[in-house]
Amino acid sequence: MSEYKTLYLSRKDSVAVALSEIPANTSVVVKSDLVELDVSILEPIRFGHKFAVKVIKQGEDIIKYGEVIGAASAFIPAGAHVHVHNLEGKRGRGDKIAE
Amino acid sequence: MQFWGYRRPDGRVGVRNHVLILPTITCATQTAQRVTELVSGTVTFIHQHGCAQVGTDYDQTARTYAGMGMNPNVYGVIVLGLGCETHQAHRIGDEIAKCGKPVETISIQDHGGTLQTIAEVSKIAVKMVQDASMVQRELCDFSELIVGTECGGSDACSGLSANPAVGRTSDLVVQQGGTAILAETTELIGAEHLIANRAANDQVAKKAYAVIKMMEDRSIQMGVDIRTGNPSPGNIEGGLSSLEEKSLGAATKSGTTRLEEVIDYAQVPTKKGLVWMDTPGHDIEQLTGMVAGGAQIVLFTSGRGTPTGSPISPVIKISTNTPMFEKMNDNMDLNAGTIVDGLETVDEVGRRIMEEIQHVSNGKLTKAEILKQHDFGIWRIGPTF
Repeated sequence: MSEYKTLYLSRKDSVAVALSEIPANTSVVVKSDLVELDVSILEPIRFGHKFAVKVIKQGEDIIKYGEVIGAASAFIPAGAHVHVHNLEGKRGRGDKIAE
Repeated sequence: MQFWGYRRPDGRVGVRNHVLILPTITCATQTAQRVTELVSGTVTFIHQHGCAQVGTDYDQTARTYAGMGMNPNVYGVIVLGLGCETHQAHRIGDEIAKCGKPVETISIQDHGGTLQTIAEVSKIAVKMVQDASMVQRELCDFSELIVGTECGGSDACSGLSANPAVGRTSDLVVQQGGTAILAETTELIGAEHLIANRAANDQVAKKAYAVIKMMEDRSIQMGVDIRTGNPSPGNIEGGLSSLEEKSLGAATKSGTTRLEEVIDYAQVPTKKGLVWMDTPGHDIEQLTGMVAGGAQIVLFTSGRGTPTGSPISPVIKISTNTPMFEKMNDNMDLNAGTIVDGLETVDEVGRRIMEEIQHVSNGKLTKAEILKQHDFGIWRIGPTF
């Protein structure tokens, strides 16, 4: 089972961080205070990168450190890589105002 | 805790004893450079400012120059101007002289060109360096220290290892009665509520929100997406996906103590304890702001690795992960990657950084000092005219 190191910072979080390279089709257990979740990793996750620990709907806030780090720009299944391709920051977005 | 420092006429304490050749205008930087090649014990920096600046942008640059000269790591200053520039050397010199240290002002136009100016400045520098070498270190208290904190080339480990460890160190510095500077306003966007909740009073909390709003409004006025510059390509490669995520990691450098005040760029803190200096996220510009604000030592965490240093203040560079510490060992002083490796706790690394501050304050050279990494950059807040 969970031979891959991960970091799940708060039970409010929808993502966890890979602390080792995790290959696709791997089952990992992420743990935080009082919560333990089984996650089936869908695609390779590189060291330091994030994966969803649960389903995140398009437009839903993404939580890390118990705080909002952006919103999902697409539907994200549990176990998927979460990064700039499916997470959009919500702050400092002068481009949105200009539209 | 105590360290051996150099007491200056204004009562502040330095951990270095430099003679600074301070060019107030880009036209004088090459001449200043020549002098530092001739005279051991002198430092200078290259920049492209000092002319055709107006208003608050003029003021901020002037404050930065004067702050570099007044930093207690500097024994004495030779202010070098061309002669016709808007940032007049004698005005900067007069400002620095208020703190009582030796100051001389020279202009290239008055001295008949490059070669005679080099000769004149060098002669003064030789005398100043010799006088500086007579100053003895004395036992000083940690409460005399202003420690700048900074992160650059961040990766996903920054917010997990080195930044929380620096936060622990920041708490220890404050416990000792010293001052810790939190900076890089851009990289606190999305985490400002966490810091503002720790403000000493409503006024400080309001200023924290105000500097964040001003920074964010700049992108809105320009119609640009800050994300095109921040997180940077290296940050994204390291696993950071948004400015908010980076900010939440950056904010951990502030530790857990009360936020005493929010100060302007290159301003000297008026309070001890944790202070927030309003600077951009640009590594060198924020480093320069903190050094001009009197920081004698800077802690700099990095995930990707960086050579950054200051001509005035030692910069202790702390890696967030062990592979980078090994790969960029020329540039990195300490490794906090041990936290990610499960070998040390945040608390243990925080204490180790505190011990390193003591060693470096006593005279231990940092990698950036040994490699003569004399970076300098001013946060410009207006166009050149």
